[in-house]
Amino acid sequence: MTRVEALEQIKQRALARMSKQRVTVGLATCGIAAGAEALYDTLQRELTELVNADVEITRAGCVGLCKYEPMLEVHTPGQPTTTYVNLTPAKVQRIAREHLAEGRVVTEYTLDHLSNDGSILDRQVRVALRNCGVIDPESIEEYIAMDGYSALGKVLTGMSREAVVQLVKDSGLRGRGGGGFPTGMKWQFTKDAVGEHKYVVCNADEGDPGAFMDRSVLEGDPHAVIEAMAIAAYAVGASEGYIYVRAEYPLAIERLNKAILQAKELGLLGENLFDSGFNFDLRLKLGSGAFVCGEETALIASIEGQRGMPRPRPPFPANKGLWQKPTLINNVETFTNVPQIILKGADWFADMGTAKSKGTKVFALGGKINNTGLIEVPMGTSLREVIYNIGGGIPEGKQFKAAQTGGPSGGCIPASLVDTPIEYDSLIAIGSMMGSGGMIVMDEDNCMVDVARFFLEFTVDESCGKCPPCRVGTRRMLQILERITQGEGTEEDIAKLEELAAGVKAGSLCGLGQSAPNPVLSTLRYFRHEYEAHVKEKRCPAGVCKSLLQYSIDPETCRGCTLCAKVCPTGAIYGKVKEIHVIDHDACVKCGACESKCPFNSISRR
Amino acid sequence: MDKVFTQENKLKLAKLHELISEYRGQPGALIPVLQQAQELFGYLPREVQEIIAEGLRVPLTEVFGVVTFYSQFTMEPKGKHTIGVCLGTACYVRGAQLVLDEIKQELGIEVGETTADGLFTIDATRCIGACGLAPVITIGKDVYGRLKPQDIKGILDKYRTGE
Repeated sequence: MTRVEALEQIKQRALARMSKQRVTVGLATCGIAAGAEALYDTLQRELTELVNADVEITRAGCVGLCKYEPMLEVHTPGQPTTTYVNLTPAKVQRIAREHLAEGRVVTEYTLDHLSNDGSILDRQVRVALRNCGVIDPESIEEYIAMDGYSALGKVLTGMSREAVVQLVKDSGLRGRGGGGFPTGMKWQFTKDAVGEHKYVVCNADEGDPGAFMDRSVLEGDPHAVIEAMAIAAYAVGASEGYIYVRAEYPLAIERLNKAILQAKELGLLGENLFDSGFNFDLRLKLGSGAFVCGEETALIASIEGQRGMPRPRPPFPANKGLWQKPTLINNVETFTNVPQIILKGADWFADMGTAKSKGTKVFALGGKINNTGLIEVPMGTSLREVIYNIGGGIPEGKQFKAAQTGGPSGGCIPASLVDTPIEYDSLIAIGSMMGSGGMIVMDEDNCMVDVARFFLEFTVDESCGKCPPCRVGTRRMLQILERITQGEGTEEDIAKLEELAAGVKAGSLCGLGQSAPNPVLSTLRYFRHEYEAHVKEKRCPAGVCKSLLQYSIDPETCRGCTLCAKVCPTGAIYGKVKEIHVIDHDACVKCGACESKCPFNSISRR
Repeated sequence: MDKVFTQENKLKLAKLHELISEYRGQPGALIPVLQQAQELFGYLPREVQEIIAEGLRVPLTEVFGVVTFYSQFTMEPKGKHTIGVCLGTACYVRGAQLVLDEIKQELGIEVGETTADGLFTIDATRCIGACGLAPVITIGKDVYGRLKPQDIKGILDKYRTGE
């Protein structure tokens, strides 16, 4: 029996097992935090009592509907999948007794029933996330059942290295970690590089605050990354690989470790894979908390055991990378696309997306949006579709103000540009960038100057200190932004910010510094009036910057109930029972306690 | 040196030496050794760094450089429970600062400090990737999401009573 036939046997066995009625419980970090472990235990207890229910329970990754966690799905052969959301152990008990034992769907707990628009999932196209929430990430058999490792088999038993690289090139896949560099080109450069020993590295140092698709893939479908890395290693001529993963993701690390062991046991990692003579060994390296290590040369330095500081390129890692050897570095989401491209072809992939941005992209929707979570859509989908149709709009009837993409390296897209198609080049044209796919939505209550200050604070903290434009320049920019948000800024400060931004962009050594000014530049471009209000009128229009706020009581609606005076920690509110109350602005510390206590909404913040 | 290596720590010390000999000579060994040493001792005092430097034949300056570069390494002992307040973007725009302020007020300490009873340390952490539950804090391995400042006292009380 050949290795391919052996794989097929495992697949058929797993498929037979999975074709029974199955319940998948979403047990990624977010599901667990929301209480999914208790659901799993309840379900298991219930099922042992229900003799007539032949049901399998699977611990799956996450489907991406964070808002609806904890959740589970019931898959019954021949019927559409039922998605139960916002569960409690009591609700699970009912589902077990009614749906699993007697076949009656508990409609009021389903996603279709609880969301205004049940099509959140239908509107998505899942390539990178295809297995997340569907299979048990700790079972290699279930991954194989979904055609796992057959792309590796296809490559090793019938494709030349050149053909693999060409296929990835033809697909138009570009790096999903931020830069958007054509993946096939990177593979070609590494393949062509001279050197006996080469490395393949997976960048799983997902540091962009607000992006968590890599965590979801690693927790929900770790084998996809392993298989893709083996394919890449064959194509570029490497025999060793590293996954550099953040220490902040303990569950991802645990599942990756298990997955690597399982792959080794089945001979899908190690020596002579698919009897082709090709060897590939894979290891984890844990990060230690440094955003800059997402930059490829800094990441290499960190694997080598040094401080994660970038170095000038060229030479690029493709020629001189890890331990000065040719090294291919791709991001998690980039890798997960590869096995699908091998199996379904370059055209299948290139048919999705736009002229220059092919395929799909995963976005982490967060901030002021109803359906927080992970979504995957074809490149070129408009921001409007993402925010209103898939994201379900802004909570509490507030106004959409801006979407921040690209994290600390990106920019804010204002509401006026909501019809922009999301692709690499269109985002750069409007002053933002794709980045790794974090998308933080902001409403009228978010101050854009404060947001810019927040990101600068982040880059100042994370600047490695090697080059002065970044180390000193970002600090000076932060000081100016702090002055402005504290009401001490001048009009000259805005001009200085722009001048510094240009210098930091042009003079910094790596992507961190070169892109650090983007949050400032894009908010200046679209929300200059907010900066001016802070500087000229000493006013924060969104009511966020504390130093500029003033609380006052509306004499028209105040009933003199004294609640505000009682809750005020500094005794800054005067007034007798049934008399209009007044705030002493000198004594007020702007804690907002009175505002949240007032039963008549008489206290306003300006 | 006596201060750090009490009787209880002698065992840990033996483990540290084992760890070092396991990694000695391997390229890129410093960071994994530091990570495991921190797991062992809870922090990386100068004395531990000296042993690692000597054992791996790496200059102490380099060890110190690496320890101070990465935010996960600490040279100060931490409290029994470390509270990580996520200050990632999603948490920040959903009010993480107010949650942090509440924790600071409730415990009477600043970020990076430990309470006098040695029970809690506050850390402002980077995004932990649970953005859908923002704002989020972690206490040890427990994750609490969708928080409001008024939830804090109840959560901390659970750890105070040693539950």
